[in-house]
Amino acid sequence: METMLSWIHANIEIIYIVILSVFLGIEVIGRVPSVLHTPLMSGANAIHGVVIIGAIIVMGRVEADNYAALIVGFLAVILGTLNVVGGFMVTDRMLEMFKKKKA
Amino acid sequence: MGLSLLTVIYLLGSVTFIVGLKMLSHPETARKGNLLAAAGMTIAIFGTIFLYEEDGVKLHNYAWIFGGLAIGTITGLMAAKKVKMTAMPEMVSLFNGMGGACAMLISVVEFDHIYQVHKATESMSLSAAVPFGHYLTIIAGAIIGSISFAGSVVAWGKLNGRIKDFSFRGQHIFNLILFAAILMAAFFLTYPSDVQHARMPFYITVGLALLYGIFFVLPIGGADMPVVISLLNSFTGVAAACGGFLYNNQVMLTGGILVGAAGTLLTILMCKAMNRSLVNVLVGSFGGKAGAASASG
Repeated sequence: METMLSWIHANIEIIYIVILSVFLGIEVIGRVPSVLHTPLMSGANAIHGVVIIGAIIVMGRVEADNYAALIVGFLAVILGTLNVVGGFMVTDRMLEMFKKKKA
Repeated sequence: MGLSLLTVIYLLGSVTFIVGLKMLSHPETARKGNLLAAAGMTIAIFGTIFLYEEDGVKLHNYAWIFGGLAIGTITGLMAAKKVKMTAMPEMVSLFNGMGGACAMLISVVEFDHIYQVHKATESMSLSAAVPFGHYLTIIAGAIIGSISFAGSVVAWGKLNGRIKDFSFRGQHIFNLILFAAILMAAFFLTYPSDVQHARMPFYITVGLALLYGIFFVLPIGGADMPVVISLLNSFTGVAAACGGFLYNNQVMLTGGILVGAAGTLLTILMCKAMNRSLVNVLVGSFGGKAGAASASG
């Protein structure tokens, strides 16, 4: 119990960020029209590509002679970049299609 | 100077994600919102590469980082440009899986790092080597990332017809047992054991999570795939947020949680648009049979 409380106390800023972000995430897309469901999903998919930053940090800290970790980290960077670049590109193409349909 | 600039960049990145998501949910501003989020992501990535430092030490292995970025960018651009309009959802699923795999690999490297640092110490338990909160973020990132990766690949395969629906009697109970086994392996086999012996149960946990991802998506009908992809999308968001916890990185944290929350709501909204409940979609095969049985009886 005490360790739990002290853990919460030590990480209170992060806990605040998490809770507020949850409400924000729900609020922000609350009134999305159903035609935009798929593009929004795709856009959100690109945004969680932010995990690439973790991959970069991992990669940048690995000792230069630890080849196993280097290769795994390298793979992580490639996959993360794919997620980001591909995600934003696909979303843009989807939305472009929407525009043409309207015109 | 560098580090404080980086925090401002992260703040900017987080704001572009929020505003971008907001704009994405309105038809007129959607495209701009997407570009705005992309711009925020770009500065956050380059900011990290050039400004990030830990205890005064900057990142190294630049050749590897830029090599990975270049390969990922070129492949991603080609894949996204070439894909047919009708094949968009499966592409999204595949990219989502890549993000999940990325989160999983981060956790693997972090775990390996702990192992390398402490392996020389005789019979030191993992719980003594790392605080529980730290371990929790690593293992949660690994499990959620793995489920998201395996599930997204199955969803991709289903959408392009390579994988057929597959379910067997008692699959839901099997899945529950599998999930319990993951938690067991993670918290009762890995965490209390010696650092030297913690590797095996850790990789078993990851393997089970991959298996779970496969069996989670397999029985769900092809028509329900968009809902499942949206759900896995929010999973990957949470996995990314675990990375944010791990590195105390605000932009990963806000980006991940934002997608986790928005993705979950979006999943529910998509279900509603199809006049179904999420539970109905997830245990569809099971619920369908039970419904038919009760209807006939």
